[in-house]
Amino acid sequence: MSQHAWEMLSNRAVATAAVIYFLALLSHLVEWSALIGRRRTAVEERTLVNAGGVPDVPDVPVEAPAAFTPEDEDRAERVALFGRLGYLLTCLAAVAHLTAVVSRGFAAHRVPWGNMYEFTLAGTLIVALAYVLLYARLKLAWMAPAVVFFVLAILMVGVLVLYTPVEPLTEALHSYWLVIHVISAALATGAFTLGGIASLIYLIKRRRPDVTTGWMSRVPALATLDRVAYRIHAFGFVLWTFAVLITGPIWAHQAWGSYWNWDPKEVWAFITWVVYAGYLHARATAGWKGRNAAILALVGLATLWFNFIGINYFSTTSQHSYAGLPAGGASVSTPGGQNQQDSVVPVQPPTV
Amino acid sequence: MTNPGPDLKDPAEDRLAARQAPSGIRELTARELARWSWRQLTSMRTALILLLLLALAAVPGSLIPQTNQDSVKTTNWQLAHTTLAPIYNRLGLFDVYGSAWFAAIYILLMISLIGCIVPRLFVYWRGLRAQPPAAPRNLTRMPAATSYTTSESVADVTARARTVLGRKRYRLRRNDPARTGEVAAERGYLREAGNLLFHISVIVVLVGFAVGSLFGYKGGVIVLVGDKYGFSNELTQYDDFDPGSLFRPSMLNQFSLHIHDFEVSWLKSGPRQGMAEGFKSDIRYETSANGPTKDYRLEVNHPLDIGGTEVFLIGHGYAPEITLRDAQGHIVSSGPVVFLPQDQSFLSFGVVKPPSSKVALQGLFYPAEVTLPNGQPANVTGDIGDKSAAVLSFQAFKGDLSKQTGSIYTLDTTGLTKVTAPGGKAFNLHVGQTAKLPDGLGSVTFDDVIHWNKLQISQTPFKHVALGGVVLALLGLLGSLFIRPRRVWVRARETADGTLVEVAVLDRSGNDEVGAVVSGLVAQLQGRTEEDEA
Repeated sequence: MSQHAWEMLSNRAVATAAVIYFLALLSHLVEWSALIGRRRTAVEERTLVNAGGVPDVPDVPVEAPAAFTPEDEDRAERVALFGRLGYLLTCLAAVAHLTAVVSRGFAAHRVPWGNMYEFTLAGTLIVALAYVLLYARLKLAWMAPAVVFFVLAILMVGVLVLYTPVEPLTEALHSYWLVIHVISAALATGAFTLGGIASLIYLIKRRRPDVTTGWMSRVPALATLDRVAYRIHAFGFVLWTFAVLITGPIWAHQAWGSYWNWDPKEVWAFITWVVYAGYLHARATAGWKGRNAAILALVGLATLWFNFIGINYFSTTSQHSYAGLPAGGASVSTPGGQNQQDSVVPVQPPTV
Repeated sequence: MTNPGPDLKDPAEDRLAARQAPSGIRELTARELARWSWRQLTSMRTALILLLLLALAAVPGSLIPQTNQDSVKTTNWQLAHTTLAPIYNRLGLFDVYGSAWFAAIYILLMISLIGCIVPRLFVYWRGLRAQPPAAPRNLTRMPAATSYTTSESVADVTARARTVLGRKRYRLRRNDPARTGEVAAERGYLREAGNLLFHISVIVVLVGFAVGSLFGYKGGVIVLVGDKYGFSNELTQYDDFDPGSLFRPSMLNQFSLHIHDFEVSWLKSGPRQGMAEGFKSDIRYETSANGPTKDYRLEVNHPLDIGGTEVFLIGHGYAPEITLRDAQGHIVSSGPVVFLPQDQSFLSFGVVKPPSSKVALQGLFYPAEVTLPNGQPANVTGDIGDKSAAVLSFQAFKGDLSKQTGSIYTLDTTGLTKVTAPGGKAFNLHVGQTAKLPDGLGSVTFDDVIHWNKLQISQTPFKHVALGGVVLALLGLLGSLFIRPRRVWVRARETADGTLVEVAVLDRSGNDEVGAVVSGLVAQLQGRTEEDEA
């Protein structure tokens, strides 16, 4: 297959994935809308408590089981059916998504995360895959609509705003660190995103922790939510440390001659690291546990995504400018070189 | 300032402090004040706030141009914001990461960190050698506890418990004759070790980073390609030089180098057609005046290390060789002039302004010129090929050049008179061509064009210390996040219905699924399953 054919395949696969994600989202919405106005059944009550893995510590005040009515049974069936359908569709979409990323790699003859569009594609794939793979183990059904919505939304932003045709890498990116550094950063981004969704749901649930009706009844107990969020964040933090404080500086040193340049991307990656370090500490500090820690996790997520997309609108001095906006086009052949030359290049080229 | 763990700050300490608080209001003595301040500074909450403050303080540096990153941009910004600039300047906002208030935050954080680590090291040391604590009186009041009755004897139950827990690598409390029927065990000691390792490593990293930025330097130099040209590592040879505050010129390593050959490959197709795909230089260097000459292939991502000083290839460009003659035909200046690329097609800008001359030149260099349909010249690629399409396009300026100051790459045209070719156009020369300047100002010859390389040369002492520190920090982090410390107690005693066995688990990390641990343990004690759950 030619480069062009691979690129077309990738673009079609992205479109296919987006459509299937959308169907999955619809399915989950049907599933959750069926929950509204319903009381929890005794069977679900038990499974939910077990979902937390703490059989002897009831998370939720257990209500007297409501009497089964045919209507309830019908509803429960509908919830289960659309839940399964939604998950299946998400799996399918993730396969199409994976195809898109892989064929993008074949089109470019390199790892498929050389620019913002590709990183968005790969990053959302990691969120989707992590969700699909951890679904059974961490019992993530309650997360479904949020995850699918997030993946779909970011994927659409990628396609509509960040799309760039396949192009070769700038010189500084020709390094095996591209594989290590970017994979770890993307994995961490995926983990932090999932963790952030858990923390967000934690905050919503916290307002009325005892609800037994409506869609919040589907969400596990606060303690479980908090623990799931913590585990995902802890995993993400380790990867982020590796990406930002080990592989990043090593590569920066090789390519730009200095392992830490206070480049805006580096600064924001550092800010993200510090905020998540704050989150991990806050979880163990009196007065910061629970609500404040969850808020910190969301602040961390905000800095993470701001660093990925937002900072490019504020700063043009970043050496990470090859990851810049396609419209900007101000990328340079050697980031470090341009940066150095800036000090001697006249700002206004003269008219001759 | 430590990682999660409910026992970070001993609640007993708080209670003790509350009890000791004076009942009547009186002034604090200096000693008490110091003690109180130290307590506050090393408290977890203060550390957390300092940490968040550090994140917040780092923000402005990414939004406001920083002098040491891009001085031209910073100067322009200052000129454009005349009201804000002096205020920002006073606040150190143009050099955030070197400012006093930024330093204040991380130094306080360091002190807080050390104040937290040192006592905990002692606590950990004592804890390592101590026995796991004996079972509390009321096991069933523990958050995760259960009990069951069995027909086995007390001795059998405790023996089994010791075996099961021992196999799971728990540390067991010595058998105490006064406490028969009890088993106390603890595991996960490495969590705190990881925690301490992480925080100590953070300090190591900061020391490494500080030494690197205080005693190191970073400099840039443009070196022309060719055996005739070169660079020797002396302060005067650098175009720009950014030393750490404790750097002394005597710390410069002795070496000299020249660029024997240089090669660029250009993209021939695709959306980035015409741009450089890759470039490499063949460097020859000597570390002493009559030492051997060594070769090195210098590429982006492949720096050359000469005894701790590293040389990086970070950019390249063209230097047209221009000869300027006066009206009598005497050479005023001759040789390559570095032109700086303006865009990815290597359309380059440069000036010739010998102080002794009456004429200065300012112009653009087109590596491969094409003429657009509207008659305007354009440049689409930096690939110079056989140099047949290379064009030097310039204007001349006459006047006194002895007062020129500032960058050698720009011309200050105030007080100078522009001289153009007939029709007000620029002079355009191909390689080998000569243009005669009007008004008897002499002539300009475009002899040839060569390449130049931008090298960055830097010395970063202790960089391996910093790297080692981060790697250790990561190891510590793994331990402190994923090891789950817990205590387990089993108590068996005879009752009328048989042997009553109580099992309790105390999670010391705050993230454990204790319920599962308890049920798994009970299952094993009852011999139901050998599944290793805990």
